[in-house]
Formats: sequence, structure tokens, C-alpha cells
Amino acid sequence: LPTERSNLAGVRHIVLVLSGKGGVGKSTISTELALSLRHSGKKVGILDVDLCGPSIPRMFRVQNSDVHQCDSGWVPVFVDQDKSISLMSIGFLLEKPDDAVVWRGPKKNALIKQFVDDVAWGDLDFLIVDTPPGTSDEHISTVEALRPYKPLGAILVTTPQAVSVGDVRRELTFCKKTGLRVLGIVENMSGFVCPHCSECTNIFSKGGGEELAKHAGVTFLGCVPLDPQLSQSLEEGRDFIQEFPKSSAFPALARIAQHILDSSSQPSS
Amino acid sequence: SSGSRDEILRDKRARVVSRGLPKQKPIEGVKQVVVVASGKGGVGKSTTAVNIALALAANDSTKEVGLLDADIYGPSIPKMMNLKGIPELTPKNLMRPLKNYGIACMSMGFLVDETAPIVWRGLMVMSAVEKLLRQVDWGQLDYLVIDMPPGTGDVQLSVSQNIPIAGAVIVSTPQDVALLDACKGAEMFRKVHVPVLGLVQNMSVFQCPKCKHETHIFGADGVRDLAKTLGLNVLGDIPLHVNIRETCDSGQPVVISQPQSDAVSLVHCAFNDRKPSPRS
Repeated sequence: LPTERSNLAGVRHIVLVLSGKGGVGKSTISTELALSLRHSGKKVGILDVDLCGPSIPRMFRVQNSDVHQCDSGWVPVFVDQDKSISLMSIGFLLEKPDDAVVWRGPKKNALIKQFVDDVAWGDLDFLIVDTPPGTSDEHISTVEALRPYKPLGAILVTTPQAVSVGDVRRELTFCKKTGLRVLGIVENMSGFVCPHCSECTNIFSKGGGEELAKHAGVTFLGCVPLDPQLSQSLEEGRDFIQEFPKSSAFPALARIAQHILDSSSQPSS
Repeated sequence: SSGSRDEILRDKRARVVSRGLPKQKPIEGVKQVVVVASGKGGVGKSTTAVNIALALAANDSTKEVGLLDADIYGPSIPKMMNLKGIPELTPKNLMRPLKNYGIACMSMGFLVDETAPIVWRGLMVMSAVEKLLRQVDWGQLDYLVIDMPPGTGDVQLSVSQNIPIAGAVIVSTPQDVALLDACKGAEMFRKVHVPVLGLVQNMSVFQCPKCKHETHIFGADGVRDLAKTLGLNVLGDIPLHVNIRETCDSGQPVVISQPQSDAVSLVHCAFNDRKPSPRS
């Protein structure tokens, strides 16, 4: 049971970002959600448990940062002077950012347990947990380790196409089996508007995520379109929410953050 | 002398360590194995693997090609190859691969319910991969294309430790986070002594079907730059084309359904020159 001095005692809400399918934008959504919540005045932490492909440090341009120890464990990396967003990722523990982590399950599980128990997060309004694709060691270990802290729930990210929706359908079942509440489904990369002629092309199809949400009886959090400014922001480690409020992906991302804020202020059932 | 004693000790240590590792043994009847990997999820491994397998078969109709979907958690091959059903067992208790478009396919997707997640830890995954490799009646294959899952973990290790691999094709999109993972993928193959045949740049550019304006949605030349840094070939540059995704979703991969299309000629050009070097 979590004790008074547990490192997660000061964290008010834990949100997992899952998919099942790779490359649909979990890290992107995690990053933008953190930025949006920060702009609503919240203190946010991001725990990146993707050990093979840690993307979060790069999205905040802190990939060369080091992690320090303190009495209660590891000190998370702050992305700015205000210390409003803190991160922990295996990316900070590697000697070189492009070192490969070629580990089997048991070793991964051990590190994930450390990430959950031994990071001195301090007081946070939200801890966002970014996961790798699939339903494997990392996911089982993460959900088990977080269970005593009663996560608020999980956001599932998909792209509209059939192969993605299929994998996310499986992830929904995983959530049900593990008792993880599904806060909603995001349909990412939903349509691309040509910057030249404004024609919208559904490169990765459209509607698959919305239909899955309807079919499974979970909240549909909205369609996020393909937005080159968003991709570029992430490459450069910029604050998309602050710098590109008029960009095509902004309204959808803001809506997701609002839903999380609303969910967190409801009394838990 | 202490020199030779050190050497004897080193040899003994190497022998003890290797005792714990599985022995690499080729799959009976399979001449060459090509794996399609990435490190990063969602860059188009399955799409590329399916179209490589079909292009290999289309290029030379005398060649027999097989396709193994090693993505235990998110098997995409059944959908893309329009295959469904539980594989039959031969009298020798091997699973018979399902065939479509002349390609023999095996996937975890045939063995489990579409909606059921595989929530397994590493050890069970290793055993499943072993079954998909060895307990399938592949017959005589010239090429076996293996579609790997994202990451650099259990499955990748199990496959490369179990069977000799002629070469690996690494797929990436141009964006930074994908390239970083592709780099890790390349390093992983180096660690397990699998030759990397080259990189494929996928989703390189999007051309608006209406006004033909080109947008580099995921960045421009990232893969070419990485290839140069790592000293690897760029095997191909595949654009974002609605056709590729539409045909995969409907189970009629573009190489088969629209052989005359631009996307396909690019795929063919990309893989025409790449035939794995013969096993020594």
C-alpha cells in the first residue's frame, strides 16, 4: 500500500496514454496534453516507459540532460526554468541518445518498477504515462505498479485506418481486463489539408477511431488532423500550444486537454 | 605462460556463455530470410514487408516466397493479405501456412480472435515466435520475408538468435523520433551480427491529388542523411499515397491491385536492385 512517504503520494491524477498500434502519436499526444495542461496552470510530469524507443526527451529538446539522485530517488528532468513540466525517461540514462536498449522482459520490468517507485516527482497535478505499442511486459508491469495509486484512466490513440483500429480494439480489451478506466479514444492523423489548395485528403482514412469509440461505448475525444507545423514543433522541441494556436491541430488538442481536466474534477465512482 | 592461460580462460568463458544461448539453425526448406524492421512503430514495416514479398514474387515467377508476421501483439498481415482462418495441421503436426496472391503466410493473427489482446510476458512470446518459425510447413521457399514488431526486445532477439538471417531492411519515416529508433534498430542488428541491407524512407512526401502541391508532412531527407552517417544504402523512397493505405486496408496490396500505379513503380525500383547476397 502507498505510504505517506511514497514518491507518488503528491501526484493527484495519473493518466496513461496507450495504443496497441505503433506510430499513431502516443508520444505526440502525451507531449501536447502536458503542454496544454501546463497552460491551464497545472503542474505536470511525464513518465516515458517506452524503453526501446523513448521519444519524449527529444520532443522537449532535453535529450542531452542528465538525471541526478536525491534522498528519495531520482530527480526528474525539468524542461524549463518554471519547473512546470518534469520528465523521466530511459533516454536520460543512456550514455549516448542513440544507444540501443536490447533487453528482454525481466530487465525491462525491473526498470519500470524503479521508474514508478523511485522518481521523486514531488507535488504534481497530473502524471502522464507514455507507453510503447503493444500489450506486453512494459504494459503489464506499468499497470501493476501503478494500481495502488488508482490511475484516473487511459487515453487510447489510434489512426483511422483498419490495421490501427484492430490493434486498438485489442488494447480496449486489455484495459477492461486490467480494470483500467478508458477516458476516451483519440483519432490522430485524421485527414490532411493541403496548405496550397485546402483540399482535404484522408491519407490514413477517416472515421475508424470514432466508429470504434461508438462501438465500444467509450468517449470519442476527437479527430486530430495531420499538421506539418505540429510535426515540426516536435522535431524542434517547441511549445506548439503556445506558438501555434491557429494551427489545424490546435482545437482538437485543446479539446482533449479540457476533457482530461473535466474528468479529473469529477468525483471518482 | 600467463598469456596462454588468459586465452584458455577466455575461450572457456565464451563456451560457457554460448551454452545458454539457443543454437542458430536454418528453417528447413527456406533458402534466404529477409527481415523488415524499424525500431519505431507505425512507419510502414508491414506495408513494406507485404509489398516486398509480392514484388519479389512478381519479379520472378519461379521464386517461392513466404511471409511471416512476427508481430505477436499487433499482427497486421492477415488484414493486408486478406487472409483469415485457423491453419490446418499436416500429418507431421506442422501448421500449414495460409496462401494468397501466391505468398505463403503465417501470423499470430490466424491463431487468436481478432479482438483478443495478447497480454504476454517475454518468455511466452519467445515460445510463440519459435513455433511460428519452426512449426510451420513452409515447404521449399526461396525467400522468407519476416515482418518484425516495433522495438528492440524479445522478438527481435529471439528471431536473430534462432535462425540465420540473410539481411535486414530497416524502414523509417523522415522525422527525428523515427530516425532515432531506426538507428537503434541498426545497432541492434549489428550487436546480433545480422547484415543490414539498407534503409527504406517511407512516407517521404505527400502530393495533393487536386493541385499536385508537394508537402513533406513528416520531414524531408532525414533517412538519406542517417544512411550516410551509418554507411548504409537507401533502398527506396516511398511517398505517402492514399492508394497504398487504401489497398492495404482492403487486403489487396498495391503491388497486386494497381501494378501500374506510381507508388508501385517506386516500390519495384526500390527493391529490384536489392537481392540478398547468397549465404556463404
